[in-house]
Order: sequence, then C-alpha cells, then structure tokens
Amino acid sequence: MQPAGGRPVNSGASGEEAAARAKRRQGVLLASPGALYLLIFFVVPLVLISVYSFATRTSTGRTALSGWNLESYRDIGDNVILGIIGRSAWLATLTTVLCIAVGYPFAYYLATRPRHVRAVLLVLVMIPFWTNGLVRVFAIRFLLGSNGPASALSESLGLGTFRILFTPTAVTIGMVYGFLTLMVLPLYVALERMDWSLTEAARDLYASGSKAFWKVTLPLTKSGIVAGSVLVFVPSFGSYVVPDILGGAKTLLIGSYIASQFRDARNYPLGAALSVLLILAMLLAVALNQRSGSGAEGGGRPRLRRRGRAGGEAETVTAAAS
Amino acid sequence: MTTVTRRIPSWRPHSGRSRLLLAAAIVGAAGLLAAACGGDDDEAASAADCEPGETDGDLSFYNWAEYIDPELLTSFEAETGVNVEYTTYESNEEMLSKVESGAAIFDLVVPSDYMVDTMRREGLLQELNFDAMPNAANIDPAFANPPFDPEHKYHVAYQWGTTGIGMTYEVLDMLGESTWAVIFDPDTAALVPGSISLLDDAPETVSAALKYLGYRLEDVINNGNEDAIREAGELLRATNERLLKYDSVTFGDDLINGEVDVAHGWSGGFATSIAETDSYETHVYTIPKEGGVLWVDTMAIPHNADNVCSAHAMINFLTDAENGAALTNYNYYGSPNSASTPYIASEILDDPGIYPPPEVNARLEFIPHAGDMALLIQDQLTNAKS
Repeated sequence: MQPAGGRPVNSGASGEEAAARAKRRQGVLLASPGALYLLIFFVVPLVLISVYSFATRTSTGRTALSGWNLESYRDIGDNVILGIIGRSAWLATLTTVLCIAVGYPFAYYLATRPRHVRAVLLVLVMIPFWTNGLVRVFAIRFLLGSNGPASALSESLGLGTFRILFTPTAVTIGMVYGFLTLMVLPLYVALERMDWSLTEAARDLYASGSKAFWKVTLPLTKSGIVAGSVLVFVPSFGSYVVPDILGGAKTLLIGSYIASQFRDARNYPLGAALSVLLILAMLLAVALNQRSGSGAEGGGRPRLRRRGRAGGEAETVTAAAS
Repeated sequence: MTTVTRRIPSWRPHSGRSRLLLAAAIVGAAGLLAAACGGDDDEAASAADCEPGETDGDLSFYNWAEYIDPELLTSFEAETGVNVEYTTYESNEEMLSKVESGAAIFDLVVPSDYMVDTMRREGLLQELNFDAMPNAANIDPAFANPPFDPEHKYHVAYQWGTTGIGMTYEVLDMLGESTWAVIFDPDTAALVPGSISLLDDAPETVSAALKYLGYRLEDVINNGNEDAIREAGELLRATNERLLKYDSVTFGDDLINGEVDVAHGWSGGFATSIAETDSYETHVYTIPKEGGVLWVDTMAIPHNADNVCSAHAMINFLTDAENGAALTNYNYYGSPNSASTPYIASEILDDPGIYPPPEVNARLEFIPHAGDMALLIQDQLTNAKS
C-alpha cells in the first residue's frame, strides 16, 4: 500500500502495533484529567453515599457505620415518603410537558429564521441561562410578590390583589422558566438538522399543513423531544431551591426532603438511600433516552441514516399524504 | 459532523484497567470513611491551658446569620493580630452536622440551649477554661446554671431572646390579647385579614403547637410523651393549608411589608425590622398568653477546634461590657451581660418585646434536649408539609 501523504511508514505488523499503542497512550492522556475529576468528585462520593445508605442512625442522631442493614430502603416505602416522591414526579412531569408546549413552537420559530437572525435569537435564549439561577428565582419571587409588578397590574385592572406567590402555580412557573432553555436547545438542534424537503414532499403529496407536521416533522424531531425531556425532567425531579423559595417551603418535594434528612433530622442513612434511588432513576432515564435516541435516528452517523432510512422516510411521506 | 464522528480513536477501555480504577475508588472511599470515623476517640480533654487574651492562630468562627456587628470582628482582629474566618448558618442542626461530620473545623460556634445539651452529651464540645476569660464573670448569674449545662462547663451565654408572634396592631386589637389561636384555631385565624407564616424549624413549630394545646414542653419531653408530640403534629398538619409559607429568615421584613399579618418568629428579628422602618405604631412582637419559648444562644468550642486559645480570647472579647452591648445594639436580642446594660440603647432596654416584663417571663420555657424524640419531632413538620 502506498500512503497517499507520502509519509514513510514502517512496514510490517510491529509498526502498526506501535502506532496503535501510541494512539492508545494519547487517548489515555486526553481522557485522564476528566476521568480523574469524575473519579474524585463523582465516583467516590457516590460510593460513600451508597455505603451510608446501609448504615444505622443511632438514637442520638449519629450515623453508626456498623450493623449494615436495609432499614432505610424499607423506610422509603412509608406512605409519607411515597407521597413526596409521587408529588415530585408529578411536578417534574408537568414541568416537562409545559416546557414542550412552550418550547416546541419557539424552537420551530427559531429554526425557521434566516441564519443571521437565528444567531441573535439563540444568544437571547442563552442569556438567562448564563445568569445565576438563584438570582433568577428571586427575580420571579419579586415579580409575583403581593407588592410586585404583577400584583400592581392586576390591581390597576380592578382584578384585586394578586395571590400567586407561595402556591404550586408559582413553583410551576418558576420551574418552567428555569428549565425552558434546556428544552429549547435540543429541540432547536433537532429541527435545524431536519431535512425540510421531506415536509415539502408531504405537502406536494397533498398532506395538509398540520398533517405534515404531525406525521413528518414531529416524528423526525422525536430525538430532540426525548433529549429535552430528560434534560428538564431529571433536574426538576430533584429540584430544591425553586420549591422552597417560590413555594414557601409548604409542600415538601423529594429534593428538599433529602436535604432536610441530612441537615435537620440528621438521618444520613435515609437521606443517602433516597439519593441512591434518585440517582438510579436518573441513570435509567438517561439510558432510556440513549436507546430511543439511537432508535429514532442513527445517532452520530447521518450518512448511514440517510441511506438506510430513505425507504422509511418515503413511507412516512406517503402515509402522511394518504 | 460526519468527519468528526469518524475520527474517534479506536482506543477502548480495557476491562482490567477499569476494574483497577473501581478498586482504587473503593479503597479511596474506605480511606475517607476511616478518616471520618477516626475523630471519635479524642474525648473532650480537660480545659485548655491558655492565658487571658492569648491567641494561637487564626480563628474560625461559625455563627448564626446576621448576628454580629462586623465592626466587632474587625476590632478583634486589630486588637489581637489574628484573622477571623467568619461563616454563618441558619439552624442549629446545620451547624451540628458540620461539626459532627468534621467536614469543616471550627474554633468557635454558637449553639442554642438544647443544642449545647445535645453536643455536650455527644462529646462534641470541650470544657472551657474560665481563667482565660475573666470577662465571662460579667454574665448575669441568672444564666449561671441552666438546665442544658448544669455544671456550666461548656458554654458562655451570647444573646438571649424569645419565640412568639409578630402581628399588626389591627390583629392584636381584634384579639385583645396575643394567643397562639390566631395561628392554630381555624375560626380565630379566619379573622386575620392577611396571611400567616410559621418558622421553618421543627422544634420551634412543634413547641408552639404544644403550647397552644396547653402542654408544658419539659413535661412532654421528660415523660417521653410521644402522643402529645403526634397531637401537635396533627395540629400542624391541619394548619399547613392556612399558611402563606414557612420562613426562618425574612419573617420580620415580611410582616412589615404586609406580605403577612401574623408571623411566628424570634424577638430580635421582629425588633430589627420594626426599628429599621420605625413601625412601632403599626406592628408589634408579642408573647402569647399560653406562653412562648425562651432561648439562649451560647458560645462554645467544638472538640476538634484547632485554635482553642484564640476562641477563648474571642469569648473574652465579646463578654466585655461595651462589646456585649454592641452585640445587642446591632442584633436587637437581649444581652446576658449585666455589665453591658449602661451601654445598650435605651429604646432597646425599654422594649417589652426584647426585655419582657416579669409576668411575661414567667410564661416562657426552654425547648428541652429531645434525645430520642428528636427524629419524631422532625417528622411532625415533614408530615405537616405532605
């Protein structure tokens, strides 16, 4: 074989092996700072948390690292805790659905703008994301407060004082606002990458606008919806600051409950067991996302996808037209 | 895009190596665990050997938020030449878990009464050397032998105050006399035009409910009366819907702003907010007729403190007559320092919300060390919010 670049190459298997080894060494070198960081700040704490989850809380509140047991995991079955988990899951689902409802049309709008307008709009979307989250939550608290602008507006319209702060509605508003960017960006990427000629083809085959959207655009951007949903659902499930500040700490969610187990009740084993459960649930969600992501479209192999899926896409288009 | 994905190096993790990494992680974690448990064996040594005013390094001071005039810290630094690393917390339990876990080393902490009891029982405090702090003699003898540290070995009183209800005069006039019913009785609470808030603190909310129900806190805890605590929990649960929020930080400002009309909170928090806005005509802090909570915050030195002499020097500094008064003039809580009285602003000394008259004092009670019942008490607030 004649190398195209003209670089002299050692002939024989040993040369190839040496090159492979060098490449491998380079790989280790590149990955090690990140791996070390994850090891120290992710793996070690995770191991510690799982160890604590099997420990015992003594009657004085100390954590005894002996007499390992599953008591804390059994305690999770308690109705109060299940209620808290259920409420957190419901709020996270609501937040995700609202984020899709608000984020999808917005991402659609973004993706269909001319390139230079898009760049400006994207920066505008990112700006709140760069602002400290706590500051934004307090800004909302001011906005929704009974002395805030929203209340003043409602009073001047003769609708009376505005009572929304410290209600579940305020928490939902805060969560949707806080996580919307995480939904818009993956949706935008999916819509922007989409081959619009396919929708045009559907329209050419007499699909109505809405039918083309439901049968072509939406299925093709499913990966963006799933990715955005995971990005929104996971942090909102464990959210802790927003419900405390905007909800007045009145309804306990799983994030605040775990914090209170460590901070107030000094029940480290229960807090640790719940944390382990939450991490496992999140890993599961991410794994499902990976799966459906690679199923919906060939992941990072667009060329393969294009060729392999051409028939499928044609089918979709025909289905839309019929 | 395509070219980027194509260029992924063919390097793959060797299962052997990743197993090694995992093993290393476990060994590392075990090491940390061992380090975390290692602190148990150094029992509270006998009182430190320090001279009055002697320092032995920078002081790490862990105190409640908004509880000291920053100028006092500056003048301590100027006087002694040591730096003060000052950090703050918002609940006794938060401080306890940091001291207990050894996550950070503090030389001086400010636990409340029942927390002194918990911490000394668990060997988390060291005995103080009163010879190194001559100014501690300024503390009023009324604070000499409190139930939480009967031999008075582990603490020096810092500030004291009460827990009661802040309200508008409009509400107080309607009630005639301050009562917990304005929070816990649905019919009375319905008369409040605005909103109501409670402290976000399990021992305080449970104690308030117990007081309303007519219990003495000491009896409930000493007799291990779990039913009474559950009864208080039920009451909190029934009250939850009626509240605007739980808040332990901004309750005073919320009252003045009109966010709430009735707020459960600490005397000095209300006094500060009322004084700052000169709202003496419209808002008032009260001790309910059923009684309220009396508390003392104290200075204490954790068992694992590094710079014990600097900590003694700070206690000595803060128990000085003028410095003790500076604490009260800043945070509007009562001073336990009898020598400080001449230096305290007269409007503070004359404020019955800060220095209650004797007949009100008689209705106050410490929150006792809950021991085994601490978790049950925490659960009541959790259940109320569920």
